[in-house]
Amino acid sequence: MTTTYEMVIGLEVHAQLKTKTKLFCGCSTHFGDAVNTHVCPVCLGMPGSLPVLNKRAVEMAVIAGKALNCDIQETSVFARKNYFYPDLPKGYQISQFELPLCLGGHLDIVVDDQIKRIGITRIHMEEDAGKLLHQGSGAIAGSTHSLVDLNRACTPLIEIVSEPDIRSAAEARAYVESLRIILRTIGVNDGNLEEGSMRVDVNLSLRPSGTSKFGTRTEVKNVNSFRSIERAIASEFARQKEILDAGGVVIQQTRNYHDDTQTTTALRDKEEAHDYRYFPDPDLLPLVLSKLQLQDILANFPELPEQIRHRYLGLVLTDSDVVVLLEDMTMRAYFEACLKVSGVVPAKEICKWVVGDLNAFLKDRPEGFASTMATPEKFVGLLALLVAGTISGKMMKDLLQKMIETGQNADVLLTQSGGAQVSDASELIPVIEKVLAANPDVVEKIKSGKSQSAEFLMGQVMKETRGKAKPDLVRQIIAEVISKY
Amino acid sequence: MGRGRVYGAEDFGGLTMSIFKSAVELHGLLQSRSLTCVDLLDAVYAQVDAQDSQVKAYISLLRETAYERARSLDLRFDAGEELPVLAGIPIAIKDNICLKGSRTTCSSKMLENFVSPYDATVINRLNAQGMIPVGKTNLDEFAMGSSTENSAFFTTANPWDLDRVPGGSSGGSAAAVAAGEAIVALGSDTGGSIRQPAAFCGLVGMKPSYGRVSRYGLVAFASSLDQIGPFARTVEDVAYLLNALCGFDPLESTSSRQAVPDFTKSLSRDVKGLKIGIPKEMMGEFVHSDIREATMKALDLLKTQGAEWEEISFDMFDYAVSTYYILAPAEASANLSRFDGVRYTHRCADSHSLKEMYTRSRGEGFGPEVQRRIILGTYVLSSGYYDAYYLKAQKVRTLIKNGFEKLFQTYDVIVTPTTPTTAFKPGEHSENPLAMYLADIATIPANMGGLPAMSIPVGFSNGMPIGLQIMGKAFDEETVLRVGHAYQQLTDFHRQVPGGMQ
Repeated sequence: MTTTYEMVIGLEVHAQLKTKTKLFCGCSTHFGDAVNTHVCPVCLGMPGSLPVLNKRAVEMAVIAGKALNCDIQETSVFARKNYFYPDLPKGYQISQFELPLCLGGHLDIVVDDQIKRIGITRIHMEEDAGKLLHQGSGAIAGSTHSLVDLNRACTPLIEIVSEPDIRSAAEARAYVESLRIILRTIGVNDGNLEEGSMRVDVNLSLRPSGTSKFGTRTEVKNVNSFRSIERAIASEFARQKEILDAGGVVIQQTRNYHDDTQTTTALRDKEEAHDYRYFPDPDLLPLVLSKLQLQDILANFPELPEQIRHRYLGLVLTDSDVVVLLEDMTMRAYFEACLKVSGVVPAKEICKWVVGDLNAFLKDRPEGFASTMATPEKFVGLLALLVAGTISGKMMKDLLQKMIETGQNADVLLTQSGGAQVSDASELIPVIEKVLAANPDVVEKIKSGKSQSAEFLMGQVMKETRGKAKPDLVRQIIAEVISKY
Repeated sequence: MGRGRVYGAEDFGGLTMSIFKSAVELHGLLQSRSLTCVDLLDAVYAQVDAQDSQVKAYISLLRETAYERARSLDLRFDAGEELPVLAGIPIAIKDNICLKGSRTTCSSKMLENFVSPYDATVINRLNAQGMIPVGKTNLDEFAMGSSTENSAFFTTANPWDLDRVPGGSSGGSAAAVAAGEAIVALGSDTGGSIRQPAAFCGLVGMKPSYGRVSRYGLVAFASSLDQIGPFARTVEDVAYLLNALCGFDPLESTSSRQAVPDFTKSLSRDVKGLKIGIPKEMMGEFVHSDIREATMKALDLLKTQGAEWEEISFDMFDYAVSTYYILAPAEASANLSRFDGVRYTHRCADSHSLKEMYTRSRGEGFGPEVQRRIILGTYVLSSGYYDAYYLKAQKVRTLIKNGFEKLFQTYDVIVTPTTPTTAFKPGEHSENPLAMYLADIATIPANMGGLPAMSIPVGFSNGMPIGLQIMGKAFDEETVLRVGHAYQQLTDFHRQVPGGMQ
């Protein structure tokens, strides 16, 4: 008889805070610039340099803690985590250990339509390390030498540690997805797993189903996409199961996940685990947040994804559109700006165009939603013409494209294009009769029941009127005229 | 007796004499144009050239930038501009304080070729006064030691007797001033590293309250104890230097926002009614009888000025030393981790792995005392030992602080001999680090409590200077200065000059 196992997972998620400057100095946090250009004596760990805490980073960490239902601690303490590595300039990382900023939160996830609450043990603040660039090989093994880029050193992170409440790869994924959307939406993290602005470590152990005692866990690192979260968990589950099935014991160790082979390999055993020798950093005073300061920070507490979802569904947006909007922060900011000036234009109509055509038009343009010349005001102005029936959907598309290119107002564009759509039947009938006369075979098809052929005639009429004929009116007249044949 | 002979200042005349004057006296001469900044600098460097091959106070000199500044200051003095008291005053800088473009070695092979890319906050503050840094002075490697014997380069000699040590770790700074190779100097004090060499070299040396002077740019030894402070001949000069050095620094999180008074104002007040406590634990047999005698004489002299003193008991001295040798190495073990062979430090040749590069670079770069303290500090922070050592030491530190607070409810200042002995000879303690550690027994408590403490010269024993330590309440430098200044008004020990230095 084979034992079935339950997996027990806790996740540690490192999220980079979206501050303009680093955690302990004034250097820029901008990603992707030339190596070692955002550095100073402090983040280089020069002799004699000292850290000064970034206030904005604290505010962001507090907001993240609140969004994840944590208790924000009045006093938290920065500690030195001591270890040697060439990407760590001071030989220690400034982190929080015994007294972190946030304790005891939770996050609700939805898996298979079931809501499940995942506990959050703690959130603490810490600085990031730099980056090693191994030369002559993708990894340190096999390289001739390594270079160090310290642009990332000292950028602010929060580490979010979950309770071991997760029981499947799907739950783990849902947890990270949900966390990501929250952190992005409240504006503290850009949620980019591939660029490393969110990094996930998986703590996983197995126990026979139905038992309550935890098994020995391993920590799996280097998991940097949603797909690899699931794959790494599947792989590590299988590995541990095989050991247990064969009567062996799992060794407590840190393992590295390799996406190419979908396997994990041991990085270090418990015996080799670092003794980090944490102690309070004497260069930094304890971080004390008074009630008043907390009130100030939380005064402009942002709307959470769940609240936004409710509000949007109230505006009769579709589920899928809500997902798209929650995913794309700049698009959503644009949409929100449109809502503010929407007037008679329904939110649903705005959403349809923002998520649809406008998004498609802007996709390949460098300015994007953030700085398109089709400002929310102008765009809504154009949409108002559509809603009023002054222009057709086809014209809307054309004019919108022109608006993106020129930044002209809807009125100006309309005039330039030769005016409003033709919705006067007496103007349209001669054109339609001309088209029908030229296409007798198509007319026959329609009469024999192939009503979809009418679309061809529609197209011809649109061509004749340079797209300005009102489509439903054309359709109606075609039907009427054919029925008289 | 050593090679030196004690002369009074009156033994010297002419220009040479200027190098043994106080900054305040020199300011009068500079402002009245009886003396130019360049003349003064010439005299100082002439003394360096004549004496430093024996004294060995300096690791590097800053002649070029010094003369540049002296010339530009002279133009301003010539134009009749009223410049700050410290303008044009040559100052020696301990070589663990970063000065842009200069080597900052910490007397370590590890940093032998490190050129600082930035100025410490104190350097900016001295620059703002128009002071002239003349050179970087020798110290015990990374400020760990009490004699400069732990310097990786050489041991500095005591100008009063070249066969004796100047004290440490700021021994180079103290020796430079005592020998007339600088008018004043900056040192750093983690457990007595300013006060002990000041005592050994017959100078005034002050460790301000923790947080008074920014540590930004001071290469850290033990961050919660380190404090930069001045050496000078007179308490009055120290007061001017404190005015320049003290104040909040946005680059330093532990620097205090406490208002900084004009320290020179407190000098004019007398000591009438002032209550002085003298802990009997620091007047035991282990303190040389000449030093005990000089201490009592100093107290009696202050009594004639209306101060009252009484013997008190403070049983924390022993604990302070033990606690210090847990906390300071613990912090040091982390502070010195950045010297790892990766960037600006010494790196061993031909290493074949990362681990080898680390271990060999650090093994070669750090001297034995530094290695000893890193090992000690690593041990007390290790899992399983942390609670028994580090955590317990922190608790004892709190007790020491509380003990001081209680004493200062009754007493305005606490006075002790600065050191149990006068300057010793090189090698005397090198076989027994513990004996060397105990030499700091009187000075360590002030660091533990974050208190201001100053050593002033109060006599001689066999031709070697004796220092008296005056400790005050946290952020009450004024009272400490007042006591020291009152004493100097009645004595001329601080006017004595080592004979060999003419």
